[in-house]
Amino acid sequence: MSEKKFSKKHEWVSLDGDVATVGITKHATEMLGDIVFVEVPDAGKAVEKEGQAAVVESTKAASDVYSPISGEITEGNKAIADDPGSVNSDPEGASWFFKLKIKDKGEYDSLMSKDEYDKFCKENPS
Amino acid sequence: MNVQKTALYNYHKNLGAKFVPFAGYEMPIQYKDGIVKEHISTRTHAGFFDVSHMGQFFLEGDETLIEALERIIPADLKNLKINHSKYSFILNTEGGIIDDLIITRTEKGFCIILNAACKENDIKQISQFLTKNHKHLLNNNLSLIALQGPKSVDILEKLIPGVSSLKFMTGNNFDYEGEKLYITRSGYTGEDGFEISISNKKVEKLIDYLISNDVKPIGLGARDTLRLEAGLCLYGHDLNEKINPVEANLKWAIAKKRKEVGGFNGWEKIKNLLANGSEKIRVGIKPDGKVIARENTKIFSSENDEIGLVTSGTFGPSVNAPVAMGYVKSEFSEVGTSIQLEVRGKKYGGKISELPFYKKSYVK
Repeated sequence: MSEKKFSKKHEWVSLDGDVATVGITKHATEMLGDIVFVEVPDAGKAVEKEGQAAVVESTKAASDVYSPISGEITEGNKAIADDPGSVNSDPEGASWFFKLKIKDKGEYDSLMSKDEYDKFCKENPS
Repeated sequence: MNVQKTALYNYHKNLGAKFVPFAGYEMPIQYKDGIVKEHISTRTHAGFFDVSHMGQFFLEGDETLIEALERIIPADLKNLKINHSKYSFILNTEGGIIDDLIITRTEKGFCIILNAACKENDIKQISQFLTKNHKHLLNNNLSLIALQGPKSVDILEKLIPGVSSLKFMTGNNFDYEGEKLYITRSGYTGEDGFEISISNKKVEKLIDYLISNDVKPIGLGARDTLRLEAGLCLYGHDLNEKINPVEANLKWAIAKKRKEVGGFNGWEKIKNLLANGSEKIRVGIKPDGKVIARENTKIFSSENDEIGLVTSGTFGPSVNAPVAMGYVKSEFSEVGTSIQLEVRGKKYGGKISELPFYKKSYVK
């Protein structure tokens, strides 16, 4: 599996061949607070880069999760839909949101590295 | 308008509060622990809430003060005993709710706790019935602290002996640090607890004591999940000037005598609704699954007719499920009725539910 790349909308992506795994960052979960509802996409759904792909809700508000990369969904993580709180405990590990078959590796390459993302978060506190 | 701060602003900051603008004040929405932990610790131990943004409105006067207030508030103020409190409303001429409030009879008159966003208008509305025989004061030198949760009574009794003998919805004066505090046994979380009116100068000392007894600070976020589980209304969301107490399913809060005799704003309309029922009514709503139906979610019947709107909705940490309140056409208001909730363009099943979602007995 490749190194994780990061988007400005606080998603992470890792790549295994042409299948990407997408989740939300630890920083995102800290901003959201207690996560109480997750909706993940079904296999077969086509998503565009920066298109809405999943939903995450905390006690405070509902937010869309965007796909940082375009492709076709191969799997949504049902485990987090059943146990939304698990996203708070392991956002960048077991609590990934969806996997998709990508079309353009260039989209992955253009995302931020871990260092770039950490810097981005520092410069854009919310 | 300048953003206002309560006397505890810096204290909250040091406790790690995240602030949001609320009713013209910078108020803590949550602290480090987050909404769910704050909610649970209130239900299992005790939490304190800075509600000093709410108006503490004091009225004094002769016998005519009661008549004046009863023109706009449908409580039986004449028979309200000293140190007893009632939940009531300020009503407009159409019977719509200008604000909901807690009114307490004091030695010299009344104290009314008003919602922060409404307090200025409330005072204007009340003042039109007052005369030169009546004095009134919105006291901004006082903080208001709600201490809520099952351990509240033991913790406060140790500091201020005597509070444990207060019954729910009664109050009294107590001595603390050379000052008289007015404390009522009340709150808005569905838990046993107290509301403590204390000078801005002494409030930090009281909070120091509470924190040393493991009482957690609770922000507006958990205040909302707690009150919603307890089936209590939030003004500006579940109640407004276009909604009357019958529609709000709060007719119990209009005194029996006042329902019969009237003499308050909107009585004709309310009398008619009491006899014939209202077209729409406030209900509890439980989504079948995990989806959260937030404010403004459209409600449909099982036949796909639009029948109402959600006015408050969240995840209830103690119920461990999503909970909501809203208004539906009265024929769909029976507990158990299947409904549909439109969330992000998709319809999800749900049911009309009993209120409150979470029950606890008060000390009576």
